[in-house]
Amino acid sequence: MARIIGGLSTSHVPAIGAAIDLGKTREPYWQPLFAGYEFAKQYLQQVKPDVLILVFNDHASAFSLELIPTFALGCGAEFRPADEGWGPRPVPTVIGAPELAAHLAQALILDEFDLTIVNHMDVDHGLTVPLSLVYGQPAAWPVKVIPLAVNVVQYPPPLGRRCLHLGQAIGRAVASYPEDLKVMIWGTGGMSHQLQGPRAGLINKAFDQRFMDLLEHDPQAAAAITHVEYLREAGSEGIELVMWLIMRGALDPKVREVRRFYHVPASNTAVGHLILENAGY
Amino acid sequence: MREPQPYDDIPGTTVFDAERSRQGYHLNQFCMSLMQAANRERFKANERAYLDEWPMSEDQKQAVLARDWNGMIALGGNIYFLAKLFSTDGRSFQFVAAVMTGASQEAYAKMMLEGGRTPEGNRYSSEWKSRG
Repeated sequence: MARIIGGLSTSHVPAIGAAIDLGKTREPYWQPLFAGYEFAKQYLQQVKPDVLILVFNDHASAFSLELIPTFALGCGAEFRPADEGWGPRPVPTVIGAPELAAHLAQALILDEFDLTIVNHMDVDHGLTVPLSLVYGQPAAWPVKVIPLAVNVVQYPPPLGRRCLHLGQAIGRAVASYPEDLKVMIWGTGGMSHQLQGPRAGLINKAFDQRFMDLLEHDPQAAAAITHVEYLREAGSEGIELVMWLIMRGALDPKVREVRRFYHVPASNTAVGHLILENAGY
Repeated sequence: MREPQPYDDIPGTTVFDAERSRQGYHLNQFCMSLMQAANRERFKANERAYLDEWPMSEDQKQAVLARDWNGMIALGGNIYFLAKLFSTDGRSFQFVAAVMTGASQEAYAKMMLEGGRTPEGNRYSSEWKSRG
């Protein structure tokens, strides 16, 4: 049987990708941030998941305003790094897990989550920066990836509660897959940040820390945070944090925190990162 | 007609909702076209002529020509789409963020290094009005 071995969350700032690609990770500005991911690098080498379900958002790369799916599950065999306007990131093509993805698509729709199915999708920094943070610069990614793209660009994104429930449904769907696979789920984006308008640069450390505490110990309370509270407290782009709730929903009601890291700033953004393991009921 | 929204009282913040997306559709799709190198070249060669190929309002076109980022957002632009335009200009998110806040590049970068803009006094429009 397939099983979810744990969850990871991380911000996915584009400037982090640029720092990696341009060899700037040891510069004083960036060094503390990358040092914060050394634990994850070691950890992932130990737990060696076969497949990641990687929850992320597209930033007007694969999806323009022509099509705005709320949840889009990547069922293709591969996903190429997107050209975000300055050429694709020099990272390997992302290899999918189409058989498990097909199972998930069918199971989730029958479980009342009406996903969009995407077979062709270029993936932007929202997906590739987390991979780079945790796996560095390999010639090929050492894991297969099922992308789950969530609309957080046009308001409203899905509610936090809906995201938590989708995560729970993903947990059930993975558990009903007959092949013996180790699956890890990642939620990306956030933490507090605002990229636009006269209030740009907003960072709310207290909100971010509370969000991580609630996510671990009281996910129902985290899921009850309203959209307006995200916008007001965590900034207009901080609402991306709903994607962490999908990760959390796929885990057991009780989890064990094996890693927490928080750093300000990466460009305009507060960087947060968790690794959670299942701890039962 | 725009209906009042519960996030309208957040200062210095324009939420890209369905109504603004409708208003900014062609502005944002123009920005999206700059993902392609050939389009970037044509735009740079004659910005006005390139803009005139799009059914945008004159206000939207003028905001683009003036690189009035807050103006573009007020007219339905979304920051992730506007990123295609400022990337064409060779500018970063942090550069444009500083411009939108009215701070110098140095002051904005310093604010971020010191932990960013605090939420204190920045949650409600009334807090901005009262400080004048």
